[in-house]
Amino acid sequence: MTGSVLSLREVTGGYHGEAVLRGLTMDFPRGKVTALVGPNGCGKSTLLRLCARLLKPLSGEILLEGRPLESIPRRELARMVSILPQSRPVSGIPVYSLVAHGRFPYLGYPRKMSQRDKDKVAEAMALTGVEEYRHRSVAELSGGERQKAYFAMALAQDTPLVLLDEPATYLDLGRQLELMELIRLLQGQGKTVVAVLHDLPQALEWADHLAVMEDGRLAGEGSPEKVFQSGTLERVFGLAGHRVTAAGKEHYLFTKP
Amino acid sequence: MSIWQTSSTRKFPWSNRPGLLLALLALLLALLALLAVSLGPVPIPLGQLWGFLRGGEIPSSSRNILLHVRLPRAAAAVLTGAALAVSGAILQSVLMNPLAGPNVIGVNAGSGFFVLGAAILFPGQWSVTPAAAFAGALLACGIIYTLAARTGASRITIVLAGVAVSGFFGAGSDAITVLTPDTWMGANTFLVGGFSGVTGDQIRFALWYILGGLLAALLSAHDLNVLALGEETAQSLGLPVKGRRLFFLAAAAVLAGGGVSIGGLLGFVGLIVPHAARFLTGEDNRILLPAAALLGGSFVVGCDLLSRLIFAPYELPVGILLNFIGGPFFLWLLLRERRHTR
Repeated sequence: MTGSVLSLREVTGGYHGEAVLRGLTMDFPRGKVTALVGPNGCGKSTLLRLCARLLKPLSGEILLEGRPLESIPRRELARMVSILPQSRPVSGIPVYSLVAHGRFPYLGYPRKMSQRDKDKVAEAMALTGVEEYRHRSVAELSGGERQKAYFAMALAQDTPLVLLDEPATYLDLGRQLELMELIRLLQGQGKTVVAVLHDLPQALEWADHLAVMEDGRLAGEGSPEKVFQSGTLERVFGLAGHRVTAAGKEHYLFTKP
Repeated sequence: MSIWQTSSTRKFPWSNRPGLLLALLALLLALLALLAVSLGPVPIPLGQLWGFLRGGEIPSSSRNILLHVRLPRAAAAVLTGAALAVSGAILQSVLMNPLAGPNVIGVNAGSGFFVLGAAILFPGQWSVTPAAAFAGALLACGIIYTLAARTGASRITIVLAGVAVSGFFGAGSDAITVLTPDTWMGANTFLVGGFSGVTGDQIRFALWYILGGLLAALLSAHDLNVLALGEETAQSLGLPVKGRRLFFLAAAAVLAGGGVSIGGLLGFVGLIVPHAARFLTGEDNRILLPAAALLGGSFVVGCDLLSRLIFAPYELPVGILLNFIGGPFFLWLLLRERRHTR
């Protein structure tokens, strides 16, 4: 199949009846890495939460693989979409147990893991590099280690659509680049990745598709190059964009105008 | 910050050997239960006890004491301890609050009020008691949970709400005992918590509630683990969060109600024992819940034995002893909570 995995049609969503997203219509292209960028409070996290059905839209329609999102049974949905939220209560369980919970959507009663489940967990831990501290408690990890552990859980869930809300938070630059490579790897496996990113140059460099949000609406979208050329980023963020060449490669740079 | 600070900095030597741990705890429980049955104003030597258990002949005086006093009492203590401990462990997971326990959040008080009400309305009908206790426990759970869900209340707020709920239902219980002092002779023991007048009937009816609650909790311990990851994570993993949470709150209420209808308003068992068990097992409810059940049974049967022996021939209701232990423990938990949230 081609086209879009997930489509939003005139979606309004928010909290306590107050709209954060206002009539958003957009599509997430299949098998691509889409980066969501936008100033704080523009509704990026709300958008991800709506897509993972952690939040009900106030109006409008969300289609996953052409099916209305709310018509998909929870367990089936959990095999289609995984989400790495921005924050969550921290658990005191060992890393291995946390990652293993990623297989929950696949476990029938009595919740016993098959060899395939165990392999998926081991693979997720190896890819994210949490293997070496698999026995430590999640509560005692550093912010970056913890972020990787939760990312590993989402990987173990092995869904065709992966939603990441600021996955680079708490990671140092080296780990951030590893994360981006990991996202590429997921895309290489045919998965669709949607990530909220704060670092504009990083988003421009790594994404296939860039969506710029402003005040609950879509300000512009397209290939990173096209979006950069259009000047949408400069307008929305109030920054001046530059292109510089370093280490034999073109990079993006943003400064105060 | 971790929700369970106990576990954040240490390893659990027992989490890799759950079978051995549970076997040892079962052994401890059996040992304490045997002692509880054997010791008392009329000691029954272990030899006689063994003979009795194998169906042999023993002096009729010993036989009567065993059948009508010691065995029901030991069984009552074990059941109540196990029920309250598992109830507390479930509440702590569902509310994600280490300070939660059936007595702290007012579940015991709600249960007690309904039991006293039932004692007035249906005097002498022990079959009604556990149902009434369950209804009261569920009501208190519901109030606290609604509050937590609506306001996203902090841990300390939940404890304060528990004080309010306890106060409200406690006032109801006091009103009943003051206005109708003759309805139920055992009301005083009930309010303090103890097993001195426990009868086979009391146990028989509550037994099914407790066994049912334990079975339901143990069979779904894995889902409780997922629920304890937090609402959003559990939801995105496909767990029907609302339904499961209701299920676990009901299980906690059944267990607390069952415990209260036998042992009265025993304080702090459901708070202390889950922490002690977690100290041994870590947070995996599949091991934690059975460990808490065994440890809770041991703790209460042991404390009951102690409360009979300390001032022999007089006996202290075990509820008093438990409050002496539980009060300081709760203060210690609060202090630790302060340290970690600052």
